[in-house]
Amino acid sequence: MIKVNGEDFPWEEGLTVKKLLEKKGYTFPTIVVLINGLSVPENEYVSTIIPDGADVKAIHLVAGG
Amino acid sequence: MSVEKLKEKHRLLAQFQYIPGKVEKGYANRTLYVNLSENRIAEKPVSQEMKEKFIGGRGFGLKLLWDGVTGNTKWDDPENEIIIAPGPIAGITQYPGAGKSYVVSLSPLTHTVIDSNVGGYFGSLLKFSGFDALEIQGKAEQDVIVFIDGVNGTVAIEEASQAVVNSHILVEQLTEMYAANEEDKVNVSVVSTGAAAEHTLIGMLNFSFYDKRRKAVRIKQAGRGGIGTVFRNKKIKALVVRGPRIKGDLNHPADKTLLDKAGIKLHKEIATLDNSQNKMRIGGTTYLTKIMNDYDILPVNNFKFGSHPAANNIASDAFIKYFNLTGHDGCWYGCTLSCAKAINAFELKTGPYKGQKVLVDGPEYETVAGVGSVCGIFDPEYIIENNFYCDTYGIDTISFGTIMAFLMECYENGIINKEITGGLELNFGNGEAAMEVLHQMARGEGFGKIAGLGVRRLKKLFVEEYGADPAFLEDIGMEVKGLEYSIYLPKESLAQQGGYGLTNKGPQHDEAWLIFMDMVNNQIPTFEDKAEALHYFPMFRTWFSLNGLCKLPWNDIVPANNRTTAEPAKIPEHVQNYVDLFNGVTGMNITKEDLITQSERVYNFQRVFNLRMGFGTREHDQVPYRSMGPVTVEEYESRQERYDKQLKEKVGFDPEGKTTEEKIAVLRKYREDQYQKLCDAVYKRRGWTENAVPKLETLERLGMDFPEVVEVVKKYL
Repeated sequence: MIKVNGEDFPWEEGLTVKKLLEKKGYTFPTIVVLINGLSVPENEYVSTIIPDGADVKAIHLVAGG
Repeated sequence: MSVEKLKEKHRLLAQFQYIPGKVEKGYANRTLYVNLSENRIAEKPVSQEMKEKFIGGRGFGLKLLWDGVTGNTKWDDPENEIIIAPGPIAGITQYPGAGKSYVVSLSPLTHTVIDSNVGGYFGSLLKFSGFDALEIQGKAEQDVIVFIDGVNGTVAIEEASQAVVNSHILVEQLTEMYAANEEDKVNVSVVSTGAAAEHTLIGMLNFSFYDKRRKAVRIKQAGRGGIGTVFRNKKIKALVVRGPRIKGDLNHPADKTLLDKAGIKLHKEIATLDNSQNKMRIGGTTYLTKIMNDYDILPVNNFKFGSHPAANNIASDAFIKYFNLTGHDGCWYGCTLSCAKAINAFELKTGPYKGQKVLVDGPEYETVAGVGSVCGIFDPEYIIENNFYCDTYGIDTISFGTIMAFLMECYENGIINKEITGGLELNFGNGEAAMEVLHQMARGEGFGKIAGLGVRRLKKLFVEEYGADPAFLEDIGMEVKGLEYSIYLPKESLAQQGGYGLTNKGPQHDEAWLIFMDMVNNQIPTFEDKAEALHYFPMFRTWFSLNGLCKLPWNDIVPANNRTTAEPAKIPEHVQNYVDLFNGVTGMNITKEDLITQSERVYNFQRVFNLRMGFGTREHDQVPYRSMGPVTVEEYESRQERYDKQLKEKVGFDPEGKTTEEKIAVLRKYREDQYQKLCDAVYKRRGWTENAVPKLETLERLGMDFPEVVEVVKKYL
């Protein structure tokens, strides 16, 4: 299990940032991703594996309408 | 009739001469007063105190309206006013989004003060013609045009009974009529409305600007609150300003280098980052539709649901193929964000202009979702056609959409039927019927005239005339304070429920838009966090309205390094830009904290204004349950997994074996309780009582404890 924006989310072997964003349906173009407080550059979303128990933040920089 | 002949028919009722003067550090230092009952025109000085306490724009509008009316004034009394004011930063050309006007009046929908913002050239041309605000009071006997000639220093009231009302024709005619020649057309701006504003309470105002490349007059809308209805009630056909040719230093800023520096930085950001961020330059705000649908917050079928499989039909690409992208699409000089999209030569399928090819301004996201998804309509051509007719008839697309959606739900529930609608089958998705309602609004006949009363009055009517269940209508009628909701689904964001409810004018998202911070990012989990956001963001956004600025360049483009800042949601670098712009124009030396204090003064004053008009207390901040959660079994069961999970984890209630009705009731109790706790936290943070009344100490801290303000507040303490 990992935390995504403070909520539980099931972990699986080989879960990358890209896969997680897809699973969560996070399609917004400018999302800041942090794993255990460390920022992940966008060009590393495909290769970055999320460890079990991680605290992931996927911050959408949209303040809207 | 030719333009020359039309002009000959104008009869001069009053004329006023003045010395155009010069704007200094963003201010003309006087306002223009026009009384249509008395055919009287005068100028009023702007005091230093007025600038310090009210800044400009919406602030000036509120101050002038406060002085012009009493607590007993009704929206259709002659003493009600329409005030248009740009603000001190308005009119600079160095920084994107600096040409907004703010309009203030007593609203026919809310019966209290309303403000609405709009692009186009009018406000800035007004200032450069010598006035920080235009204040119109009284009612004309016949239809009139007010013409401000800022080049020759005259203001005239002209009787203009022959002029058409609908905007797409009128703005072209008046631009032609009042411009000295083709070159001069960019210096003319027209404010107008349309035929439907006369017959409904949801009339809006169009503000024009001349698009040199397309050789056409474009229009932007001050949509909210029915100010177009007030405009026609005063028998105003149009307001016209002809100003001087625009140059970059007409505000005579104290330090132009600050404007240049901030402007160059932002232009560079837009040029390099817009394509990878929101693509505003290509599609305007239509990019939002897909995002809202993906995150289940695109209102569908009267806010029942947050997404729909057909939503892609009305996503950005569906409109980009219609947009004519050859022109510059800024609604003021220097706006490289360029989001004011236009469709050339769109052939109309219905109504009085059927078969004609017309220019359509927009649609923007709010219109796409407002007349589209919220009514269950996913046809881009319907949306474009409806957008055109709403604009030319002078109808607010947001209120129109939210009203139609409410009517459609009433129709599908048997509350109204074909007998009542005059044969119209108002099911969700029936664009043909919705379009006919719009045409009826313009003709002032049939069910359209009833629909134009707005959701609040329709609820009352349906209960009294057709025996509808008042509780159900209260739950599904998407209005607060009498104003229809703008088009975001706030059910899963408590902070956004407050962003709609805990407002001064009603549920318009320009005060606070917190859905992603709250629902997706979970950045403001506690009541105190939410209250802080519902303090900071409404104050920050209010500041745009004091200065003549557009909100979009603040956060629809963000610096590349914004992600690494301490508070990325605030876009700190852009906040500093605004501090620099204000200081650069006015010569003052404010900080980002002062910026919030400036807004707090006006925001609290507006709250007290509501109290003065008999509103403004806690009961008026309450929202319909559809805004908080699922009203019907259909809604609950469409997101059952989500709601069942919440019942278990947040409420501590086991949904196993319970009926949907039982689960709805438990969830409702929880969510309504949460909303009340949010009210308490927000009022505390804002320095208000539990009844939403600004405390005396708050007014004293802000220096807004004027005797007449304290007198109003004391009645509630």
